[in-house]
Amino acid sequence: MFKLSRTVGAAALAALAALPAFAQEAALQAPATAPTATVDKGDTAWMMTATILVLLMILPGLALFYGGLTRAKNMLSTMTQIGAAAALAMLIWVMYGYSLAFGPDVSSAALSNVVASLDKAFLAGITAASQSATFTAGVEIPEYVFVSFQMTFAAITVALVLGSVVERMKFSATMAFAAVWLTIVYFPIAHMVWASSGLFFKAGALDFAGGTVVHINAGVSALVASLMLGKRMGYPHTPMPPHSLTLTGVGTGLLWVGWFGFNAGSALEANGSAGLAMINTFVATAAGGLAWMLVERARGHKGSALGFCSGIIAGLVAVTPAAGNSGPFGAIVLGGVASAVCFFAVSVLKPRLGYDDSLDAFGIHGVGGMVGAIGTGIVYAPALGGPGAADYDMGAKLLVQVAAVAATIVWAAIGTAVAIAVAKALTGLRVAPEVEQEGLDLGEHGERAYN
Amino acid sequence: MKLVVAIIKPFKLDEVREALTALGVAGMTVTEVKGFGRQKGQTEIYRGAEYSSNMVPKLKVEVACAADLAPRVVETVQQAANTGAIGDGKIFVLDLGQAVRIRTGETDTNAL
Repeated sequence: MFKLSRTVGAAALAALAALPAFAQEAALQAPATAPTATVDKGDTAWMMTATILVLLMILPGLALFYGGLTRAKNMLSTMTQIGAAAALAMLIWVMYGYSLAFGPDVSSAALSNVVASLDKAFLAGITAASQSATFTAGVEIPEYVFVSFQMTFAAITVALVLGSVVERMKFSATMAFAAVWLTIVYFPIAHMVWASSGLFFKAGALDFAGGTVVHINAGVSALVASLMLGKRMGYPHTPMPPHSLTLTGVGTGLLWVGWFGFNAGSALEANGSAGLAMINTFVATAAGGLAWMLVERARGHKGSALGFCSGIIAGLVAVTPAAGNSGPFGAIVLGGVASAVCFFAVSVLKPRLGYDDSLDAFGIHGVGGMVGAIGTGIVYAPALGGPGAADYDMGAKLLVQVAAVAATIVWAAIGTAVAIAVAKALTGLRVAPEVEQEGLDLGEHGERAYN
Repeated sequence: MKLVVAIIKPFKLDEVREALTALGVAGMTVTEVKGFGRQKGQTEIYRGAEYSSNMVPKLKVEVACAADLAPRVVETVQQAANTGAIGDGKIFVLDLGQAVRIRTGETDTNAL
């Protein structure tokens, strides 16, 4: 969303298609000191709204979506872990996360590929007058708004990871894990993909709103975390049906609504690029929801409510990197294909491999994210209605996309292994069998969700 | 006195109640129960994970009546709750030793 897609916005405007990337990078590098560029009140109002919409995705959106999928005895635990991990991420973000991801470059060129300096730790030097660049030269937004917008991305990403480990991981362990994981996984990957000095950004990888940074990253981390933590007691022989698909449905709707802030907000301005991201976030999602139900029918099952909700999320995940990088019909195909692939990941692949990714954080965010990130390289082509330039080289771009995906997978997997190991050393990681049996709501929080 | 216990399909409750009321039965007790017979339950699927529940939800209707009324109660329930499909349920008839109306202390058939 940050600089990656800047090329996209520029390309969409034919006259600006050849705008030199370095000029824009220079603008992004020096956001605050000499604010001569214009801050538009419309852009600012939209970005503040978009930021709050992403918060809506976390609490209550993701908390209800995930909570409804767990058993009734773990409802509060699931919701609390999501909310608390997000809250911790917000505090860490303003302490050093923003600086590590988007701060001034470090002096070592090699190191600046993966991380920024701590010069803006504790938001040093940022005031209400500070500004951050957008994708349009001469148009900026208040830096506090940019810091807040990016903060919500860090918060939801760490919360997404927890979907694979619910119903058995200690609350304290989720907090320790979140702190370490954000520091060694999220901040570097956000820098690599979205900051102008980042490795993947310089390579030209397309990621409009975080398919790589948020979804592949969270999905792969979730898979590794669930493998290290182990299965829930009784899985897969004991039935563990969702305790309230009603709440999951409510959460799905809140996620979809909030996702407009996530995707359209990633344009950083209230403009045509945001409008493109908006319509794609409608139609790719609609295609995803229906595609999942169609695959269920084709497999001889009934079209299910949970399938509809799952397809919606798969479509949203897939369109995230493509939001401003695809035409509406490319987005429809992308959402539908991602939904079908995710269906097989959660219904066929997971049972066959036997891992307990409890709420399918990998099966939907990881797999859907990969389909979306690689598919973005396809639907970006002008021949398919995408906003790419006329001389768009799809083969070369696909290689870049695949390389960014592969590097993210490796980085996230190793970093998560370290973060889980630290959490285990500090907290023991997993609740006692008795607590798991009676539910984490009582065992970890001393409450019941329903009385 | 007899206690007639009928396990029926839940949506048949209203028909059973109306038929028994027409017969002069003055009260009944209804409980939600689960069980299985020849009807083997349903399959639920969540994201491909199949759970077959072998227990089917039913209603248990209990009617206490005078011994001479019992055969007609049984016949009435059998007809009212019948759909012709498996899973229509069962009727059991037990001997009833004593009945007391709590409010008045009346006993046996006066208490029914």
